[in-house]
Amino acid sequence: MKKSVFIGTLAAVSVTAGMAAASTLDDVKAAGELKCGVSTGLVGFAAADANGVYHGFDVAVCRAVAAAVLGDGDKVKFVPTTGKTRFTALASGEVDMLARNTTWTFSRDVDLKFEFIGVNYYDGQGFMVPKALGVASAKDLDGATVCIQTGTTTELNLADYFRSNNISYEPVPIETNAEGQAQYLSGACDVYTTDASGLAATRATFEKPDDHVVLPEIISKEPLGPLVRHGDNQWGDIIRWTLNALITAEELGVTSANIDKMSMEAGNNPEINRLLGTEGDLGGMLGLDKEWAKRAVAQSGNYGEIFDSNIGEGSPVGIARGLNASWTDGGLLYTPPFR
Amino acid sequence: MSDVSYVRTEMLPEKAPPVGQQGLIKWFRENMFSSIPNSILSILAIWAIYAVLSHILPWVFQSSWNASSLTECRANIVAEYGEGATGACWAVVNERFPQLIYGFYPQELRWRLDLAFVGMLVALAPVLFDKLPKKMLWFTAVYPFLAFWLLWGGSIWLPVSIIAGFVLGVVAFKVIGKMFGSLAGMVSVAFVPIIWWLLFAGGAADIAQSIIPLSIQSVPSSQFGGLSLSIIIGVTGIAFSLPIGIVLALGRQSDLMIVKVLCVGFIEFIRGVPLITLLFVASTLLNYFMPPGTNFDIILRVIIMVTLFSAAYMAEVIRGGLAALPKGQYEGADSLGLDFWQATRLVIMPQALKISIPNIVSSFIGLFKDTTLVSIIGLLDPLGLSTNIRADQNWNGIIWELYGFVAVMFFIFCFSMSRYSMYLERKLQTGH
Repeated sequence: MKKSVFIGTLAAVSVTAGMAAASTLDDVKAAGELKCGVSTGLVGFAAADANGVYHGFDVAVCRAVAAAVLGDGDKVKFVPTTGKTRFTALASGEVDMLARNTTWTFSRDVDLKFEFIGVNYYDGQGFMVPKALGVASAKDLDGATVCIQTGTTTELNLADYFRSNNISYEPVPIETNAEGQAQYLSGACDVYTTDASGLAATRATFEKPDDHVVLPEIISKEPLGPLVRHGDNQWGDIIRWTLNALITAEELGVTSANIDKMSMEAGNNPEINRLLGTEGDLGGMLGLDKEWAKRAVAQSGNYGEIFDSNIGEGSPVGIARGLNASWTDGGLLYTPPFR
Repeated sequence: MSDVSYVRTEMLPEKAPPVGQQGLIKWFRENMFSSIPNSILSILAIWAIYAVLSHILPWVFQSSWNASSLTECRANIVAEYGEGATGACWAVVNERFPQLIYGFYPQELRWRLDLAFVGMLVALAPVLFDKLPKKMLWFTAVYPFLAFWLLWGGSIWLPVSIIAGFVLGVVAFKVIGKMFGSLAGMVSVAFVPIIWWLLFAGGAADIAQSIIPLSIQSVPSSQFGGLSLSIIIGVTGIAFSLPIGIVLALGRQSDLMIVKVLCVGFIEFIRGVPLITLLFVASTLLNYFMPPGTNFDIILRVIIMVTLFSAAYMAEVIRGGLAALPKGQYEGADSLGLDFWQATRLVIMPQALKISIPNIVSSFIGLFKDTTLVSIIGLLDPLGLSTNIRADQNWNGIIWELYGFVAVMFFIFCFSMSRYSMYLERKLQTGH
């Protein structure tokens, strides 16, 4: 009896599921909060403080979207997701968007039916070794024991790299970054490898950071970006252009300090005017109001400010801009024009 | 004529035993150095204990309690204990203690968690200790609904309308049972409350709320975390898995074919699947089946899965107790003219449960520890929180302190459960 009720419910649900497909924007507005999937904890990218308030580089993207859509960057429900639950959480609608240092790959984009809306951090896999080992290049690591997180792209990258360079290694499988740190510090492995941002954050916590070096080789491309489900292009556009607005704001010199003054009236730079809504109606095309981008930038600053306060050289993590500088400074950040 | 007697008229006072036969020395001789192999083993054991403690104790006590980051901790320790000293950074526990206990529950509402916890102790007391007045059991019966209301908040009419379902079930049993016999009564107990809950309970709660609004601020599940989350999941699982397990165990022994097949199928299926799989089903798969926008609470889903999982194991534990009872007990109950329910309630179950106590408590302890698995599906139990705390750059790199603290918290709960079970065994002991 119970089973047939269950199956009947399933059938009813699958019928209704086909009918009720309101746009994500409407759902978010109706709920009054944005459900944003974040990491359960990654230094600099997402972490809750002692009062339960989330901070971080990925978190700032969620807040910017909430500010643009709902007018308040605090109207976000942060849903902590693990590496294993993140994609189902997004696909099943438990979250409206995912900003969880997720690498943009072909199969995730195409096969899992997600839409990566851009790149907010260009990462790459690196190596950290103790200085005492006397290694200057990853090519000298023949025969080394390597601490490596299982089930990640880093594991595959590592195998590819060592094979193509004809050198051997012995993997020490680990599950979490904390375990990796402990193993590496206790000498269970000679080398710790993970994303360069993670290495920098880890090294900053060591008692004697100067005893360890991050090798110059970066062996993979890890473009990390926020993503949404296939099938709601308007929602995807909103998030894509919110991220673009943060990047463009830095390029145009719009900061959280001067944004109020700049958006009072139209200035001399037409692109700033279009971005901040003093000219034209770009927000209307997205289904938002004119000041959406202004609110997004005002929330936690432009891309550069977010970077500096969370992971940049002003923060304890201390990562240099590198690839993540604007194209005008020799980096890779290059957004299409606001026109 | 002298007054000499050759026989002592008074007793000699007792002499103290020889030095080697008393006090510590005797104890050491008898227990640790009674033979050469024993002496060697004792010395090795003492050396091992010393080797472990001499590393751990300085680390534990040569520590810093007041700091705002790991770097500050290290500086404090060096300042206090000299260059090169290392020790624990308990400051992280000091700063995050409320979070490890309450999760992200709003600060001004945490008294509700405290109250629910005290209520839990009061509700458990009459179940655990039979000397307390039986009237307290009424509080125990109402407590789950009260706790639900306190923890999640919202309108009081929702739990009230759920209680109404149970009341309706009892009324239906009495009325229908009288009119159509006890089998119809049993069936109505199963269906009347379910129909009420599915179709009318929500509406009735809304109507009552609009007539007499009585609600407190509601707290979403995403704010739960820390030890309180473990206790909520663990205690609910424990409280519900025992009765469900008893029913399943009886069902498995039943002569009714369908009941038996259903029970065996359920138990074997659940026991054949790892808990983590069920948790993944709860967290991800169920979402695909629900209509978009339905919000089937994640903690509720997890509690249901944990309870079902634990109930299957409980059923087997209790079946072990039933199997250990001599057949004469069943036959004796029958010969007294007791029907099945009376025999089960008065003769079989008290003995079967007594036999099973150690195993039941083991399952409970296992269940309580298994609640840490929820960190894998993104719920912030103490272990999940420790990842989160480490993600704060101030505390990144702190590993043993957090795990140690979580271990101590769990040890306190599991150890008390194990002590209680030993007390219970002694009390129910009839073999003397």
